[in-house]
Amino acid sequence: MKELIKQLTAVYGPSGSEGSVADLIESLVKDHVDSIRRDALGNLICERKGNGKKRLMLAAHMDHIGLIVTHAEKEGFLRVSAVGGISINHSRARRVKFQNGVEGVLYEQALKENEKSALTTLYIDIGAKDAGEALSMVEIGDVAVYAEAAFDVGKSRIASPAIDDRAACALLIELLKNLPADSCDIIAVFTTQEEVGVRGATVSAFSVAPDEGIALDVTVAGDIPELKLNAVKLGEGPAVKIKDARSISNPEVVRRMLAAARAAGVACQREVLPYGGTDAGAMQLSRGGMPVGTLSIPCRYVHSACETIDLGDMDGALKLLKEYVRM
Amino acid sequence: MEGLSGREEAVRRAVMEICEGKLGKAAVKLDGTGSVIAVRPAKNPALPRVMLAAHMDEVGLLVLSATEEGLLRFTGSGGIDPRVLISKRVKVGYGEDGIPGVIGSPPIHLQSGDDGNTAPKIENLSINIGAKDKAEAESKAPIGTPVTFATPYTPFGDGYVCAKALDDRVGVYNLLRLLDAPYDGELTLAFTSQEEVGLRGAMAAGFIVQPDIGIALEGTTANDLGETPDALKVCEPGKGPCVSFMDNSSMADRGLFRLMLEAGKAEGIDHQIKKFIAGGNDAGAIQRAGAGAKVVVLSVPCRNIHSPSSVCCLRDVDNQYLLAQATLARLMKG
Repeated sequence: MKELIKQLTAVYGPSGSEGSVADLIESLVKDHVDSIRRDALGNLICERKGNGKKRLMLAAHMDHIGLIVTHAEKEGFLRVSAVGGISINHSRARRVKFQNGVEGVLYEQALKENEKSALTTLYIDIGAKDAGEALSMVEIGDVAVYAEAAFDVGKSRIASPAIDDRAACALLIELLKNLPADSCDIIAVFTTQEEVGVRGATVSAFSVAPDEGIALDVTVAGDIPELKLNAVKLGEGPAVKIKDARSISNPEVVRRMLAAARAAGVACQREVLPYGGTDAGAMQLSRGGMPVGTLSIPCRYVHSACETIDLGDMDGALKLLKEYVRM
Repeated sequence: MEGLSGREEAVRRAVMEICEGKLGKAAVKLDGTGSVIAVRPAKNPALPRVMLAAHMDEVGLLVLSATEEGLLRFTGSGGIDPRVLISKRVKVGYGEDGIPGVIGSPPIHLQSGDDGNTAPKIENLSINIGAKDKAEAESKAPIGTPVTFATPYTPFGDGYVCAKALDDRVGVYNLLRLLDAPYDGELTLAFTSQEEVGLRGAMAAGFIVQPDIGIALEGTTANDLGETPDALKVCEPGKGPCVSFMDNSSMADRGLFRLMLEAGKAEGIDHQIKKFIAGGNDAGAIQRAGAGAKVVVLSVPCRNIHSPSSVCCLRDVDNQYLLAQATLARLMKG
């Protein structure tokens, strides 16, 4: 699993530019599914026939957050805006990279007295001497992402700027490779544009029209100093989402997830997130509506360059899902 | 012509007449939200099904109540900055039934303290229509009466024009010109309702049409005057229509974005890239309708947008038309 996460996080793929991630995933799952297609928004939709009892859509998003170039200054600095929930605090003095390999330093301009930090006070220095040179290296509308490669943290943890949500992509790939023989029909959708408003899941849920939808995503772990957000901890198993700002999980889905954890003999946690949302929010409202839930991977430092998860939680999530698809 | 969100009937009548004249009655439909959907069937069904959209509605005001003194209280319809309203002339009601009004404010001689430094609140403003009391005001302007800016269409300078409702009558105008654009695939021209209150018409129209490709023709914010740093100008009137890579409602399909830029370059049509992420438009709704569509937005830069006196350059309007047409031609080549 660790190597797969490293492989997936190494690929460039901010919201709207998920094509390379989709290519990699397609190559990894094509022998394990009955059909694969892509839609207008770039969603990778993989179907695998099962026992026919239920058509279950499992969604993991391929995109992650980034910084989009809006302007090149005379001096060659690039002005940017956010693609998804970029934190200014996590963005100062960061190494960033573009799709074409250009790298740069993301920094903040000197602030005047009482001037507040904003996206408009950030810039990227790509080593260009003027606007002309800068625009010969990247174009307006190109997106930079935090450049860090994935790295090990301690014995069982891994950090990367793209853990959200490539970790869940890895989980879904592993599930497709290890589906039990008596699984229900699975439509695995590797979605696009989640970070800008669950857009890929909105349209793929419509075209797939499943009986039930489960999002696989990371959630904010509340176990770091002075954060009293929620009770979710790293290393204590995957989290069954009860509610976030975009969806309330169907109680029957929650019950079955908890039962699947017991059947698999894995620890799991219950999660209530006072904000945020996952692809479940889009699936829930598709067509005439459907029961949805989210299985979360606890994650520290979400939307930073060092999103950190525990591989034990990933293994637990995989075992839980292998039971769930039989229910 | 007046056309607040949900009250686009005057614009709609004109649009339908022109569409039906060109394409025949059977090709033109009216949907439940009030959008006009004109469909040109495909000569070559292998080509992508394209939907072009422009919204018929404009921002303005709605009458909420009348005071004992015969003044009208009002609220905004769509995004209204109260600072642009003071002492402006408005038209209360539509067409020949409309009556003149003026939005009042205390004279500068009587202002004190911070009055001059703070933005007015819309609930403290009122419209004077010359009524002597509440009863007369209510009979002339019942609750819910639409109010629009009474600004004459005024050409000035080198090809510039000042008017209300440039957002998005420029798009509507060009969409009408595109009724006979050369394109052999199925082409839908959607004149949408209720964009300014949340892309509502385009949500329904997008679902009805479910195109492969959606292109919104818009008017967009230009912030190029004064001491604005270059990075915050968004776009500049006179330098061509704006192609957007992203706004708050949609991300352009990268391939479509490049195709439009290449079409502009190859045909020598002035254009610019919209250099700031702000606002949203019908493309956001079309992108997410049904099973999804690839979208891009092409906008005419408008100064003082959403105000009584928006300003655009007529060359940009023409180039919006030309670039939309050139984009269709490229899509046809495949």
